[in-house]
Amino acid sequence: MTVVTERQTVLSVKDVSKVYGPAGSHTFALDRLSLDVQKGEFVCLVGASGCGKTTLLNLIAGLDHPQNGKIEIAGRPALLFQDAALFPWLTARQNIELALRLRGVAKRDRADEAQRLLRVVHLEDFGDRRPHELSGGMRQRVALARALAQDARLLLMDEPFGALDAITRDLLHDELERIWQETNLTTIFVTHNVREAVRLGDRVLVLSSRPAHIVEAFDVTMPRPRHLDQPDVAQLAGQIVDRLRKEVRSHGAAS
Amino acid sequence: MAQRLDPSPDPYAVDIAGLDALEVPVQAAPNAARKLWTAGWPRLAAIVVAIGGWELLTIFKVKPSYVLPGPGPVFARLFHDIANGLLLHAMAHTMWRAAIGYGIAVVIGTLLGIVVARSRVVRAAIGSLITGLQTMPTIAWFPFAILLFGLTERAILFVVVLGAAPAIANGLISGVDNIPPILLRAGRVLGATGFDAYRHVVIPAALPGFVSGLKQGWAFAWRSLMAGELLVLLGTSLGQVLQNERDTNDAPGLVATMIVILFIGIVVDSLLFARAETAIRRRWGLLEN
Repeated sequence: MTVVTERQTVLSVKDVSKVYGPAGSHTFALDRLSLDVQKGEFVCLVGASGCGKTTLLNLIAGLDHPQNGKIEIAGRPALLFQDAALFPWLTARQNIELALRLRGVAKRDRADEAQRLLRVVHLEDFGDRRPHELSGGMRQRVALARALAQDARLLLMDEPFGALDAITRDLLHDELERIWQETNLTTIFVTHNVREAVRLGDRVLVLSSRPAHIVEAFDVTMPRPRHLDQPDVAQLAGQIVDRLRKEVRSHGAAS
Repeated sequence: MAQRLDPSPDPYAVDIAGLDALEVPVQAAPNAARKLWTAGWPRLAAIVVAIGGWELLTIFKVKPSYVLPGPGPVFARLFHDIANGLLLHAMAHTMWRAAIGYGIAVVIGTLLGIVVARSRVVRAAIGSLITGLQTMPTIAWFPFAILLFGLTERAILFVVVLGAAPAIANGLISGVDNIPPILLRAGRVLGATGFDAYRHVVIPAALPGFVSGLKQGWAFAWRSLMAGELLVLLGTSLGQVLQNERDTNDAPGLVATMIVILFIGIVVDSLLFARAETAIRRRWGLLEN
């Protein structure tokens, strides 16, 4: 195994602004936000609620368009929502196969590839279940397998574990980290859980609220795998929370 | 930068398998005979109560028997008319009309529904008109239909189609409107655009609404058809038989024919539409077993 040293930018966001509402009374969701993500990096975005994290992911995923600025991206990214958003009329396997089909994978290869992806998320025995027959954590893993089926260069995750209980969430952190390490998939992970961000990320970016821009970046250098309750994880998380509080306070003072 | 680890056996696989085993809902396979009995006995009881009440009305002679015949003579007459072929013949003709009229209504209603669901302009133009048409009693169309087509099959079909098509279109429109936006976004992220989006996301996601539209459309078609057959007396049909029995003061025959009309309505609804609806709801997990 070699450690990749050349920097290859998978995503470049430059001075992107997004405004909502009618002209005159508009609110800035994003204000000249810039962000570069290198190949294989795991970047976490944290911010107070309503800070435009989801807006940013929608812009990167091409579900929305910025008013100003430029987003350069290699290929179409995969996106994981907080809700698994599986198609309820298809089984877990068929959900994955549909993603393969839309990617243009030949019919004869789809079944094998879907089975492989089910194995990646440890659900090889549950492929023929429909989404409602699976638990929340299992649905989210099927959604992850479906996202992997897109074979995208960039994986966007919008608070994907926000609705799960602590034990399931903890296991999914391990699972996601393992898959990320095996596939070397560039990942942007949005969360409001700062410890989760420190647990998973190479970098944690703190977003300001309304309009959002990046106020500080923290490099996470602890060796992997990390644990949520590890002292140095907790300590860095504490620093980041302090930074976030300062940001939130500045809003109270401004208005 | 990511450090690649050796893809060694995953130590978390065991934990995850344990959690999965705990979290998956346990489903007991329902016993077929028991299921049939659970679904069947309330229906059976309702029929017994209805016929019993009817018998009581005739025993106490609430109305004279030439106006309100009892269950005995009516069922005797029913078997007689079925055995001699009259009702079967009439049923065949009526069902043929129903199939053609409903078939045309499905095609028109579906096309209309797709156009309205897709286009904001068309929806603004005729969206409320479709709902209006659905509330308009179909019998009110008949004078106009007869003026247009005379006392012909076409007059009957015209009204059947007008009765059913708006309901079918409305079902499809509400099916599309009720698609959770997250599914549409998920489809777009996966690269389903244009025709692919319709084929793989919009149409399957709108299916529950569409099926209830089809079901409602059938109910409207059947009602319109009966009204039509009573007004436009052509050939031997259920409506025409009913009208004949009224003209000849044939009360047992009249009630027997009504039972057949009700029976067909129930059978089509429960065998076709209710089943389709249940199957879809079960697939989607919207049904408790």
